[in-house]
Amino acid sequence: MTTEILARAQFAFTIMFHYIYPPLSIGLGVSLVIMEGIWLKTGNPLFHNMARFWTRIFALTFAIGVATGIVMEFEFGTNWATYSRFVGDIFGSALAAEGIFAFFLESGFLALLLFGWNKVGPRLHFFATCMVCLGAHFSAVWIVVANSWMQTPAGYHLETMVDGKPQILPPGHAVTEADLGSVRAVIDNFWAMVLNPSSVERLTHVILGCWMAGAFLVVSISAYYLLRGRHLDFARASLKVGLAFATVATILQVVSGSISADGVTRNQPVKLAAMEGVFETRDYTPMTLFGWVDTDAQSTSGPKIPGLLSFLAHKDFKTPVTGLNDLPSDQFLRNRYPNASPAELAEVRPSYWPKVNAVFQAYHLMIIIGTSLLGIVVIAAFFWWRGWLWRTHWLPTRVLLIVLVFAVLGPQIANQAGWFTAELGRQPWIVYELLKTSQALSKVVTANEVLASLVLFALVYLLLFALFVYTLTRKIHHGPDSEEESEELPDSWKAILRADDGRSRIL
Amino acid sequence: MDLNLIWFVLVGILFTGYAILDGFDLGVGALHLFVKKDEDRRMLLNSIGPVWDGNEVWLVTGGGALFAAFPEAYATVFSGFYLPFMVLLVSLIFRAVAIEFRSKEEWKWWRQMWDVAFAVGSVLSAFLIGVAMGNIVRGIPLDADHEFAGSVLDLLNPYSVVMGVTTVLLFAMHGAIYIVMKTEGELQAKIRSWVPTLIGLFLAAYFVFNIYTFIDVTRIIDLVRERWWIFIVATAGILIILNIPREFARGREFNAFLSSCAGMAFMMMTFGLSYFPYMVYSDPHPENSLTIINAASTSKTLGIMLIIACLGIPVVLAYTLSIYYIFRGKTKLSSHSY
Repeated sequence: MTTEILARAQFAFTIMFHYIYPPLSIGLGVSLVIMEGIWLKTGNPLFHNMARFWTRIFALTFAIGVATGIVMEFEFGTNWATYSRFVGDIFGSALAAEGIFAFFLESGFLALLLFGWNKVGPRLHFFATCMVCLGAHFSAVWIVVANSWMQTPAGYHLETMVDGKPQILPPGHAVTEADLGSVRAVIDNFWAMVLNPSSVERLTHVILGCWMAGAFLVVSISAYYLLRGRHLDFARASLKVGLAFATVATILQVVSGSISADGVTRNQPVKLAAMEGVFETRDYTPMTLFGWVDTDAQSTSGPKIPGLLSFLAHKDFKTPVTGLNDLPSDQFLRNRYPNASPAELAEVRPSYWPKVNAVFQAYHLMIIIGTSLLGIVVIAAFFWWRGWLWRTHWLPTRVLLIVLVFAVLGPQIANQAGWFTAELGRQPWIVYELLKTSQALSKVVTANEVLASLVLFALVYLLLFALFVYTLTRKIHHGPDSEEESEELPDSWKAILRADDGRSRIL
Repeated sequence: MDLNLIWFVLVGILFTGYAILDGFDLGVGALHLFVKKDEDRRMLLNSIGPVWDGNEVWLVTGGGALFAAFPEAYATVFSGFYLPFMVLLVSLIFRAVAIEFRSKEEWKWWRQMWDVAFAVGSVLSAFLIGVAMGNIVRGIPLDADHEFAGSVLDLLNPYSVVMGVTTVLLFAMHGAIYIVMKTEGELQAKIRSWVPTLIGLFLAAYFVFNIYTFIDVTRIIDLVRERWWIFIVATAGILIILNIPREFARGREFNAFLSSCAGMAFMMMTFGLSYFPYMVYSDPHPENSLTIINAASTSKTLGIMLIIACLGIPVVLAYTLSIYYIFRGKTKLSSHSY
C-alpha cells in the first residue's frame, strides 16, 4: 500500500513538473511559426526580432522539457513493471512511435532553430521552425493516444499462456492477482487502438490547452512590457499575435471541453458522476457550480442549477445522469463477484469509485479557470477592437494589462487540474476496467527505494524550477535585441503599476 | 522468429547509435574539468551544443523500442536496476541543464558549479550505463516470473564496476577525438596530445575487462567453443581503434572520428553476437532467462513496429545527417552560443 502511494506520488510529481514545459513549447512553437511566417511574408524586421526573442524563451522551456521527459519513459519500467508487462504489446508501440516520429524531428531541427540563424537561409530556417513545432505536436499525439487507450481501451484482447501457447481470454475477463505475469493485453487492430473512443477528443482538448499555455505566455510578457513602457513596438506586435492566438484557442477550447465532457459521459460514467459529485440517479439532475463532496454522507454541497447536468449530458432536462450508487453497474460487479448478494454488491461498489471530492474539485477548478480565461480574452479582444488596448496610461487598460500579465498562470493551473480530473477520475484503474493501479506496480521495488528517489526528484526539480524562473525573468528583463536603451527595472509591483512618465498613477 | 531477430538487431542498432552519438557528448563532459580556460570550456560545450539533444533521443527511442518489442526485458531490467537508473536519470538531467545554464551568468562560482555538474553528470551517466551493461553481460539472478532476484549491492559487483570504468574511458577517448575534429589552435593541440594516452587507458581497461570476463562469466567457455568466429569481430574492433593514431598522424581528423565510431559499433556487435538469443541472461538459473522469444511482444506488434521503423528511420537518418552536415566544421562562439 505504501509503495503504491509513493509510486503514484512520484509519478504524479514528476509528470506535473514535466507538464509545465511541453505545453509551453507546443504553444510557443505555433507562435514562432506565426511570427516567422509573417516576417517571411512581409519582410518586417520587427517580426524577425520577435521570432528571435521568443525562440530564446522557447529554448529554455524546451531544454527543461527534454531533461525531465526522459524520466517519464523510464518510470513505466522502473515503477510500473507489472503494468509494462501487461500492456507492453500495445502501449510500447505508441511510445516507440513517439520517439521515432516526434522526438527525432523536434531535436534534430531544434539545432537549426536555435543555432541556424546565420547558417541557413530564412526559408530553410522557417522550415526548421515548422518541423520543431510539428514534432512537438506529434509527441502530444502519441502520448495522448497512449493515455487515451488507458482511459478507453480498444483494439485489443487479453491472452494467457497455456503450455507455451497463447490462449485468448473472453472479453470482460476480470484480471485477478493470479493472472498477473501470465495474462497480457495484445493488439488486435492498430488503428482501433490509435483511434480509440476517446483519443481524438482528448487530443484536441490537450493540444488546445497547450496552445493556450504558449499564447498566454506571449500575452503575459508583452503586457508586462507595455505596462513598463519598454520595447513598445515589439510588445504591441507580440501582444497582437499572442492575443489573437489566445482568443482563438480559448474559444475552441470551450467547444472542445464540451465535446470531451460528452465523451466522458459516454465512455466513463463513473468519472462523470465523480466530476459532478452525483450519488443518486434522479430526474432533472442538477449541476453544482462549486462546493464540497462528502463521500460518507453521499452529499454534495454548493449552489445547484436543476436539470442542467441532465441537459448537458443528454440534451434533455429530464433524463437522469447515472449516479455513483448505480456505478459501476450491477452486471459489472456481478462478473467479479458472482455469488454476492445485492447488499454485498452495494457494499463493494464504493471500492470502484475514485476519490470523489478530489475529482470534483480538480474538475471544477479547471472549469472556473477556463471560464475566467474566456472572459479575459473576450474583454481584451474588445479593448483591442476599440483601440483601447494601446492607451497604456488609461486606468482600465492598465488593470486589464495587469490581469493579462498574471493570466499566464491560468492555462498552467487548468492544464494540471484537467489531467488530475482525467487521471484521478480513472482510479482505481490504471487501464480502465481492465487493470487496477494497485496491481500494476513493480514487484521488486520497495517503498524505501521509491521514497529515496522521490526525495531525490523533489530536490532536483525544486532547483530546476528556481533556475527556470530565474532564467526566464532574466530573459524577460534583457528583452529583445537591438532595441531602445535598456533601463533599470523596478523592484516592486507598486513601481510597475505607475506609468513611467508619472502622468497617471493608480497606486 | 524472424521478426524477433530483426527487433533484436534494431534495438541493438538504436543503443549502439546512442553509445556512439551521446558517447562523445558524455566523453566531452568527462574531459571538461581538465580544460581550465573559460573560453575553452565554452568551446567544448558548444562543440556538442547543437547535437547533444538529438543524440539523447537515441536513448529515449531505444528505451521505447525495447518497451514495445521486448516488454518483459524492459520491465525486468528497469525495475531491477531501480536505484542505479534513478541516479542515471538525475545525472542526465544535470548534464542537460548544465549545458543550458552554465554560460547564462558571468559569475565565477556559477560557472564553476555548472562545470562540475556537467562533468559529474556526464561521468556518472557513462559509468552507470557501463555498470548496467556489465550486469547484462554477466547475467543477473532472475526468478521464475522473470523478476530480478538480487539487490542493489549485487549490481555493483567488481566485474560491472570494471565495465563502468571501461565505458567512461571509452567515451572519454571518443569525446577527445570528437573535440579534436571540432576545434583548432591551442585547444586542439592540447586535446590531441591526450588522445594516445586515452586510447592506451581504454585499451588497458578493455583488456582487463576481457580477462575478467573469462574468469567471472560462467558461460563464456561454452560460448567460445561454439562461436569462435566472434574473435574475428572483436579483433577487428580493436584494430579499428588502433587505426585512430594513424589517421591523426596523417591529419585526417574526420577519419579518426569515424574509426572511433566504427570501433564502438564493432564492440557492440561483439556483444550482440555473443549474447544472442538472450535479452537478459539469468545467472544462476539460466532457465529463467529472458530471450528474444519469451520477452517479446506478439508478432503482430513486432510487424506493426517494423512498418513504423521503416517509415521513420530513413527520414530520421536523412535529416540527422543533414543537420550534422550543416553544423560541420570547426565550432565558433557567437551570440547564440552556450
